Amino acid sequence: MSELTFDHVTVRYGASTVLDEVSLTVPDGEIVGLVGESGSGKSTLAKAVVGLAPVHGGQILLDGAPILQRGRMRGRHRPVSMVFQDPFSSLDPRMTVGESIAEALYRPRTERLSRAGRRAEITRLLELVHLDGGRAAQLPGQLSGGQRQRVALARALAGRPRLVIADEITSALDVSVQGAVLNLVREMQRELGLSMLFISHNLAVVRYVASQVAVLEGGRIVEHGPTVDVLGRPQHDYTRQLLAAIPGGRPTQTTKETRA
Amino acid sequence: MSLWVLVTASFLMIHLVPGDPVRAALGMTAPTDLVEAKRHALGLDDPLLTQYVHYLGNLLHGDLGESIVSQLPVTETISQRLPATASLAFLAFLVAIAVAIPLGVAVAVATRRGRRRRTELAFASTSVVLGSIPDFLVGVALVCVFAVNLGWFPVAGRDGASSYVLPVLALAIGPAAVLARIVRVEMLSVLEADYIRTARAKRLPALRINLRHALPNAVTATLTIGGMLLASMVAGTVLVENVFAWPGLGSTIVQSIVTKDYPVVQGTVLVYGLGVLLINTLVDVALAVLDPRSTIGDL
Amino acid sequence: MTNRWSRILRTPVGIVGVGLLTLVVLLAIFAPMLWGDKAGAVDTENLLAGPSAKHWFGTDNLGRDLFFRVLVATRLSLTLTLVATVLGTLIGLVLGTAPLLLGGRLGRLVTAFVNVFVAFPGLLLVLVFAVIFGVGARGAVLAIGLAVAPGLARLCQTLVAGVAGLEYVAAARVAGVNRFRVMARHVLPNVAEPLVVNVTITAGAILLSFAGLSFLGLGVQAPDYDWGRLMQDGLSGIYVHPLAALAPGIMVVIAGLAFNLTGEAIAGVFGISATTGLGKALHVPTGETPAADLPHDHAVEGDLVLDVRDLSVSFPGVHGPVRPVRGVSFGVGVGEAVGVVGESGSGKSLTALSIAQLVEEPGRVDARHLRFCGTDLLEAPTGGQSHDKLLGTSLAVVFQDPMTSFNPTMRIGTQLAEVGRHHQGLDRRSAFARAVDRLRAVRVRDPERRARQYPFEFSGGMRQRAMIGMGLMGSPRLIIADEPTTALDVTVQSQVLELLQDVRREQGAALLLISHDVSVVADVCDRVLVMYAGRIVEDVSTADLRTRARHPYTRALVAAVPDMTTDIDAPLATIPGHPVDPAEVPVGCAYAARCPLATDRCRREDPVLLSGPDGGRVACWHAGESIEAVTCEEATA
Repeated sequence: MSELTFDHVTVRYGASTVLDEVSLTVPDGEIVGLVGESGSGKSTLAKAVVGLAPVHGGQILLDGAPILQRGRMRGRHRPVSMVFQDPFSSLDPRMTVGESIAEALYRPRTERLSRAGRRAEITRLLELVHLDGGRAAQLPGQLSGGQRQRVALARALAGRPRLVIADEITSALDVSVQGAVLNLVREMQRELGLSMLFISHNLAVVRYVASQVAVLEGGRIVEHGPTVDVLGRPQHDYTRQLLAAIPGGRPTQTTKETRA
Repeated sequence: MSLWVLVTASFLMIHLVPGDPVRAALGMTAPTDLVEAKRHALGLDDPLLTQYVHYLGNLLHGDLGESIVSQLPVTETISQRLPATASLAFLAFLVAIAVAIPLGVAVAVATRRGRRRRTELAFASTSVVLGSIPDFLVGVALVCVFAVNLGWFPVAGRDGASSYVLPVLALAIGPAAVLARIVRVEMLSVLEADYIRTARAKRLPALRINLRHALPNAVTATLTIGGMLLASMVAGTVLVENVFAWPGLGSTIVQSIVTKDYPVVQGTVLVYGLGVLLINTLVDVALAVLDPRSTIGDL
Repeated sequence: MTNRWSRILRTPVGIVGVGLLTLVVLLAIFAPMLWGDKAGAVDTENLLAGPSAKHWFGTDNLGRDLFFRVLVATRLSLTLTLVATVLGTLIGLVLGTAPLLLGGRLGRLVTAFVNVFVAFPGLLLVLVFAVIFGVGARGAVLAIGLAVAPGLARLCQTLVAGVAGLEYVAAARVAGVNRFRVMARHVLPNVAEPLVVNVTITAGAILLSFAGLSFLGLGVQAPDYDWGRLMQDGLSGIYVHPLAALAPGIMVVIAGLAFNLTGEAIAGVFGISATTGLGKALHVPTGETPAADLPHDHAVEGDLVLDVRDLSVSFPGVHGPVRPVRGVSFGVGVGEAVGVVGESGSGKSLTALSIAQLVEEPGRVDARHLRFCGTDLLEAPTGGQSHDKLLGTSLAVVFQDPMTSFNPTMRIGTQLAEVGRHHQGLDRRSAFARAVDRLRAVRVRDPERRARQYPFEFSGGMRQRAMIGMGLMGSPRLIIADEPTTALDVTVQSQVLELLQDVRREQGAALLLISHDVSVVADVCDRVLVMYAGRIVEDVSTADLRTRARHPYTRALVAAVPDMTTDIDAPLATIPGHPVDPAEVPVGCAYAARCPLATDRCRREDPVLLSGPDGGRVACWHAGESIEAVTCEEATA
């Protein structure tokens, strides 16, 4: 695993600037949470890393070297992988779970995996995300939302990435399943030393998994630091607003008082 | 863009014909010097680019050249025959719309959520069958029944209001069936929309929900396909006119293709193409007016 | 896959379509062998004869038998159609997949090129190409094949673009799969079905085009003949003998229908399977579930705005009715705020919809009674009037998605004013004035101008305010809000929730708030109904929700959601297994399979919702028992 650096990254769609000179570092082996509201540019930042959004200025570096060449990741080994929000559209409905994972498997030029080797690797990955190896033969239609999201995570790990980007991976899941996926994310980080950019609109979820938090507003990072500091002693007004808006948390006590 | 492609295509058409178009037009037995003279008169000896510039120049003056066969200016032929075709297409369009929209809406409301399966089946099968019959066949069938057997309407020609009935019907029936199906499908999907549920939560009368809330949204979605249908109706006149010996552009284009009268073909294709482009533009404007999101809607 | 294709043969449309198609193909293969000679035989005694025993359809001007000629013409008509279809499809596929494969500027150029040609109707293109390729069968094939290509290319582009935008394609690209492989493995298989449907229907259209072209004398030339050619020959003698023109025409229609119906049938089967995938109803327990028929002891009858007793909602399923809501009883007092929480499929939204009388056919709402402001909504109203006026003015409904819940083609003000016009007898002007006033009441700034705007000019939060304002056109006694803030950002969410609270206080209205988010409900409501598998499993005051909930499901639900005080060093509590499918509700307690306290009794007997000592209600055989070890690891089920 290794370090991802955004160095003054700017993304524009037509005349509108979606990301404005964003600088951020995801250190080796840490989970950095990225929070912000819709339209803040969170997902664009994720897409920019893997070449799905056009970068107009600045650089995205992995261990000091640019990830993209001519706007695209090159070569057989992709150093960054991604897990998407919607577990229902992120797996090809016609490919079995095993095929989906196999497609993303790490394939170095020198060693060709035998069929048995590949099967063993798929089983290992499925077991890593707490799914039975026998599920490799199933189609996504036979799995629940939480199980699909775990398959998506297994696929993201299949390419032996140096960094994983998780874009709102729990927001489409039911609460009873969300916890299991979050536990898994933390476990991966602890056991594999995974570096991760964890994007979510849910501060409580980010607080639970991330060691650092960056707050994005209108395409700019307004606050960034260790989770305990940013969420415990917010410096920026916008961060305070976000915290105050969380239902059920401490800040709502104050709103109740003002109402009374 | 489309206009340029259209003009260029109609220009190039004559050059893409394999072999010598003039020789083909005048026939194999025509004397060589006559062919040469004709080629020269048509300017086919010049380099392609010169011809193209010349063609565009003439076009701007409204000059489409003259017929190889009849020696008449092409513009004259077209202006004589255009009204017959245009009135036919326009009337057929009106009839198709007047039938399709109320029918589609009524069937959609009646058969919503799997109600009245039999009505739905009857509508679906009738409209599929009617939509599958090509307009010229409908024409032939109509002639057989209403002109030959019953003698209610003239068999052919353009002579007074009664002569319009059969060709207009022949043109309108198929598109009306297709359009009614599309209206029904659009209407059904609109009726499932969240804002229709909102309207029902307001306890509005069913008539208002269907006509004021659902219909405008269904029509905007239908309009695009309606425009394509209208455009194909314009082209459909070619066949129907041949069934009814209608003195319009359709008869002209077929005759001139058979007699290889290329200037006339070029001119007529251009006119048809312009007609289609005009319709497409009208549809775009109509969409813009109906859609509040466009700025035109605020005018 | 194979059984889907065989399902086509089980639909009436499919049987007719495939049957006709088979017939036409058999004719094309065998007719020329069997009757080729007869069709060419000249009978000089019967020139242009009418139908007779010898010649069923009569003869043509050379005395050839028309019946056999029509049959024999099948081969040429069909062959030409197939060749042109293949040609058109190939060109269409190449042009249609090019934008994705080439990408960038070149791809856009192809798209623009296709768009220009799509604008022109096929017949016009056919005529142009017919001029270029010359009159005759080969020219006609090329002309028609090229003419249908732009349409298929456009369709192909649209389909490909639709699938290419999905996340699994993005995932494959991120994983380093190259674009040709992405196209072959992910995109094409997933657009194959609509493509097959459209190619089939296009083949029908091509068949008709050939008939048309030959009919105009531009297609097949004598001595060859297809159906169009036969029709043209017949048209000249239509007075004498109309069958000569009609018979080939009928064959054209039959063959055209064969293609169209087959296409429709394929489309139908795949369309249907997409919807039935949800309701894979297998077994529905039809036995009576025990009713929770205890009176609500916390509120006197007269104080209830809403009194629901034994409410159930059912939909017809493949194997008998499915009941997503199974016997729900509760009351909402005047001005009280009651929350309903549960996971997706718990029946919470359907409960709300059925109270608002918005469950549509084929859904069925049953209840012992469903009283709103003292009127039973399930009974026919007295005096022949409907409940519309009562519901229209005293019940306000706020839906989940503010983006889709307003009519996009009507001004916001008009949509509010409708209520005043239809239920309060206001004229157009005063209704609009009231709409403006209500927008002001929900703190929409500059309401005069805003009322004249369309929904797309409102942000999500503003629309939700307007939606609440719409409910305030009357004087609501109850506001039903179904996930009103799920689609909104947190900061907007807190504003909307606050507005709901204010409105409730000002109007003295009760609130029924449906949400999947326990914290939202805890923030706003006095009391919470927890739903699981179509029933209320616990009815608890919000004060007790986090600490004194007695149902194991409620406790798990509260523990599973991280909040700002969650211990980040301990793993989150999880609920093993899956939510119950409404079509397969097990015997006994529906939660038993996921419950750490479950015993044999739970798997056998369904617990009844019983009142507890502190006013709450709970449906559990082990209510309040301590859960020693909360399972952290979801079983690999």
